[in-house]
Amino acid sequence: MDVKAIKEQFPILQQEVNGHPLVYLDSSATSQKPVQVIEAVSDYYRYNNSNVHRGVHTLGSRATDQYEGAREKVREFINAKSTKEIIFNRGTTAGLNLVASSYARANVGPDDEIVITPMEHHSNLIPWQQAAKVTGARLVYLPLQEDGTISLDDVKNTVNEKTKIVATTHVSNVLGTINPIKEITEIAHQHQAVMVVDGAQGAPHIKVDVQDIDCDFYAFSGHKMCAPTGIGALYGKQELLESMEPIEFGGEMIDFVNLYDSTWKELPWKFEGGTPIIAGAIGLAAAIDFLNEVGQDEILAHETELAAYALEQMQTIDGIQIYGPRKRAGLVTFNLDDVHPHDTATVLDAEGIAVRAGHHCAQPLMKWLDVVATARASFYLYNTKEDIDLLVAGLLKTKEYFGNGFE
Amino acid sequence: MALNNLDTLYRQVIMDHYKNPRNKGTLEKDSVTVDMNNPTCGDRIQLQLDIQNGIVKDAKFQGEGCSISMASASMMTQAIKGLEVETALKMSEMFSKMMLGEDIDSEDMGDIEALQGVSQFPARIKCATLAWKAMEKGVHDE
Repeated sequence: MDVKAIKEQFPILQQEVNGHPLVYLDSSATSQKPVQVIEAVSDYYRYNNSNVHRGVHTLGSRATDQYEGAREKVREFINAKSTKEIIFNRGTTAGLNLVASSYARANVGPDDEIVITPMEHHSNLIPWQQAAKVTGARLVYLPLQEDGTISLDDVKNTVNEKTKIVATTHVSNVLGTINPIKEITEIAHQHQAVMVVDGAQGAPHIKVDVQDIDCDFYAFSGHKMCAPTGIGALYGKQELLESMEPIEFGGEMIDFVNLYDSTWKELPWKFEGGTPIIAGAIGLAAAIDFLNEVGQDEILAHETELAAYALEQMQTIDGIQIYGPRKRAGLVTFNLDDVHPHDTATVLDAEGIAVRAGHHCAQPLMKWLDVVATARASFYLYNTKEDIDLLVAGLLKTKEYFGNGFE
Repeated sequence: MALNNLDTLYRQVIMDHYKNPRNKGTLEKDSVTVDMNNPTCGDRIQLQLDIQNGIVKDAKFQGEGCSISMASASMMTQAIKGLEVETALKMSEMFSKMMLGEDIDSEDMGDIEALQGVSQFPARIKCATLAWKAMEKGVHDE
């Protein structure tokens, strides 16, 4: 994999920030976009913009073909059986909320249980809190091991005949833990529970095969995998999606509308009320082409190598706390002793290095780690070992800046 | 921006308040208590105000956050002690203006003037204003 050539395809990475070449280490928050994606969106607006599934005119057909072509591209990307199983939406949050609002409220009752983990992003936590409140079900947390992983024995001991839904993240956005979602799915299914996967940090980095995993739902966002913001997809098994009611009603999703009742379009359109995110879907298709061309296995291998290198280099810094397991996805969450992560991020920014600081939308996990906030460096296909060397140098400067002259 | 430009943000006096916070702790007597956090970043502060006859007799804070938010809380409590509530609110208004980069008469602001540099770091303004927002809420709740 030629990282230098890849990086050249990202116009935004060719700039200086605060007098230094930009080192972008915040791809877990959102990834940057290659020129192919920017041009696909721009070309759509320049030449083909029109509403889909409506007009008989030429532009309408082009837009519809591109939009539905993008759905086929996503189907292939995660190996779903049918495009009926791919719902376009604005991202992971929308997908998880659809499952929690539609499936959970219809299929979960008092005394039932919904099982999640303490490492969930708020988007795979609050929808279940709300579903539990509405249905009277109990929200049950799997315990975490000391290193921030989940033990399958705990899953076996927690999931039982009362469990109706098991929802976990594929990859933790804080710890970098890669969860054994295939094995957890198998345990969920032994108890007739459905398995919901938050794939926001999974799909951009790990080849996803929903048929092999056998999960019932898998939600992910385009913007973390080189596509524009505002587009995402929810995969759901066809028979489950067939049985579910839409949660948004209006144009585009109806079959017949009478004065007092209406019927819905077939899958997947019954869940896509209103004018869809056409340009976003086209951008997502271009991003998938781009990632396929580089090779998903190569991307994962590159990120795994970067994570290992980052761990090794960062551990040499005195007074650094690093969170999460040794075997991890391409991110490192950390704190410097006696320096608040905001201050760390501000000093790094002065060096042109972008990292995230805060609670990472995972407040329960921050409590589990017993910290109020952390800093996080996250990597993608355009990052290099030199980026990590610059990060380590920046952290040493941060320590020096806050350690000296202020006592 | 070179690293030494950071000195406009992290002035010596700010770091002094961060490392040696004034008025940190809790008030023993009955007082107004305000809990406030910055949900985007996790900074949190609990501010207690002892207000008698329209005057801030005492103020203490506890919390967790970055150097800017904690130093600002320390400076704010120091500044408003003994002030009439109205004057404290006016000072808060001045502080907001200062954060927007507007010219203000900073003579009456004391140590607080050191936070002027924060206005050049838009991502950090909310850190600096947290304690002042808590004070405004406390006064209105009272």
